[in-house]
Amino acid sequence: MLSVRDVLQKAEKAKKRKAAIGSDIDIDEFIKEDKKEHETVDSIQDVPKKVKDTLLKVGVDTSEEERAGSFLQMDQSNIYSSSISDSIELMNLEIALDKYNWLDQYMWNVVSPDGDKYTAQTALREQEEGTKSGYFIRSKPGTKEVFPMQACMFIGDETVMQTAHNIIIAEENSELHVITGCATGDDIASALHVGVSEFYLKPGSKITFTMVHNWAEQVEVRPRTGITIDDNGTFINNYILTSPVKTIQSYPTAYCSGKNSKAIFQSIQSGQKDSIIDVGSRVYLNGENSAAEVISRAVSHDESKIYSRGHLAGTVPEVKGHLECHGLVLSDDSLIYAVPELEASAANLEMSHEAAVGKIDEDEIYYLTSRGLTEEEASSMIVRGFLSMDITELPPELANETKKMTDMSLEGM
Amino acid sequence: MLLEITDLAVEVNGRRVLKDIDLTIKEGETHVLLGPNGSGKSTLFMSILGFPKYKIVNGSILFKGEDITRLTTTERVKRGIGVSFQNPPAIKGVNLKDLLKVESGQDPKEENLTSEMEELSKKLKFNEDFLERDVNLGFSGGEVKRSEILQLLAQKPDFTMFDEPDSGVDIENVELLAEEINVLLDKNKKPGQRQRSGLLITHLGYILNFVGADMAHVLMDGKIACSGNPDEILEDIRKEGFKGCVECARCVTKS
Ligand SMILES: Nc1ncnc2c1ncn2[C@@H]1O[C@H](COP(=O)(O)OP(=O)(O)OP(=O)(O)O)[C@@H](O)[C@H]1O
Ligand SMILES: [Mg+2]
Repeated sequence: MLSVRDVLQKAEKAKKRKAAIGSDIDIDEFIKEDKKEHETVDSIQDVPKKVKDTLLKVGVDTSEEERAGSFLQMDQSNIYSSSISDSIELMNLEIALDKYNWLDQYMWNVVSPDGDKYTAQTALREQEEGTKSGYFIRSKPGTKEVFPMQACMFIGDETVMQTAHNIIIAEENSELHVITGCATGDDIASALHVGVSEFYLKPGSKITFTMVHNWAEQVEVRPRTGITIDDNGTFINNYILTSPVKTIQSYPTAYCSGKNSKAIFQSIQSGQKDSIIDVGSRVYLNGENSAAEVISRAVSHDESKIYSRGHLAGTVPEVKGHLECHGLVLSDDSLIYAVPELEASAANLEMSHEAAVGKIDEDEIYYLTSRGLTEEEASSMIVRGFLSMDITELPPELANETKKMTDMSLEGM
Repeated sequence: MLLEITDLAVEVNGRRVLKDIDLTIKEGETHVLLGPNGSGKSTLFMSILGFPKYKIVNGSILFKGEDITRLTTTERVKRGIGVSFQNPPAIKGVNLKDLLKVESGQDPKEENLTSEMEELSKKLKFNEDFLERDVNLGFSGGEVKRSEILQLLAQKPDFTMFDEPDSGVDIENVELLAEEINVLLDKNKKPGQRQRSGLLITHLGYILNFVGADMAHVLMDGKIACSGNPDEILEDIRKEGFKGCVECARCVTKS
């Protein structure tokens, strides 16, 4: 565990450190807004209609029906949080830190403050300005709430650098579902989002985390995510991005430390315009009998570039992992770069990868034209089919919701 | 005249596969296309359908009096042409139900198929679960054929081409398919009142026990070598093979 001083020191040293991958961003070009800039709202219904509609697109339903609670961060301000379910706590990180003195132990534990300048800046803002934006979610021991918590990071102001630090804890034998949507007001010409998320899965717990991104064309996005999974814990991450973004670079990393722990990453990416999407998933299989699955589907349109990464590292015997990346390159000016990596440092483990990048099979298009679809309609049906993978291991309530979210994202493509 | 093909020549991958094809089909008629493997039967289908790989280098195709030689497949299909394929491709993530919605002109956002389509699906022995499957992915030979016919029933074309709808299908299912093919070809109407027409490829002619045909054509090496009464031609082929058949007096005098 890092002391406050350690965090500060590390962050200070790393505050100019470029990220290991992805284009570099000049942080000084962005404005650090005050955490009190936007007033809190009493009801999530009170957000402007335009914001509401955007939220709905990323799965955040302001009616809060079939939700365990909601959280909304507007730029740097935590403007709303409600906990509807008795099984789950949800509050602003700042409030949670005041309330629970043990929470310090969970800060910067699975994401390092000196990872790069984005984590460093987030840590520095917390320590120096006291800007502790982000959410705290904790499912109580032994509870299973079927409805998801919904959280949204919204960028509404021009040229802001939004930072957030989220801590998600699933206590022993609990089940927690989170839907998070990230979105931007449609008149934003430039902004930066940095979201640090730390997940802690206690023995026997399960978290599903479904994230839909809907950024604007000029937004730079640098999420930094770490997950640690104890005995018999299961973490499932679903990621959907089908709208344009300037650049996004993220490489969430799960540590399957516990016996029989399991991590599943499923992602759907559609590159639009000149978006640069660099998204990977990394799993360290350190626990006895732990397992991982990383599955991604990517299509590149226009001049987009998609780097689809995956890295599995097996460090003990008898672990299992599979990487799968399928891509369709839909325009000559676009690019898909699949980088599957397997790293085995113990005997008797089983890891495999499968990557296939290509174009749409013409025979499939013709088949559909012979049923009356135009070539464009046929390609779009095939591409949607390609992307609409069945997301596994969700409870039925959430499976439907996720399917709706995917369909909606794909329709907007 | 519904379909009028004149002096058609077709190239595939730079190779001349069809030559001097003349073929006319009237409203309400069903024609059979016979011929040995590789003689060009499927190629003729694809050319009528307008798949880009099949380059029409000579001749013309008229459909309902309109020259469709240069139209795209989509445009031809919109004018009333339909086809069941010999080996259709599988499409991952596109399920049969979604396809049926598009084909029957239904709003794809609606949850359920129209009651008519539900009825037809049941008739062709597809249950709810099957309809959710990706089209042709892992379908058995018989399932492929039934799904092709079901899709045609959704489309309701005026002119339907069937590429070996009976190959690899067991006897019971052939009868089931034949029943629906008869619907697509207006066979339940009196000959003079039939409007819908078809062209049927079959190797063994077994399906002709259940689907009546007005005329047969034998394709040999990319040419129509012989045309005439389906029963007589089939009889000749059975007795003397394709070669013997086209050498018989009837065809020799014709050409
Ligand atoms: N895409 C292609 N590329 C090259 N040659 C082709 C192609 N398609 C068809 N051909 C050739 O054209 C000829 C006619 O083929 P076609 O499939 O039309 O025959 P068919 O009469 O339908 O045969 P079968 O009874 O075996 O189905 C064959 O020699 C075949 O190899
Ligand atoms: Mg053939």
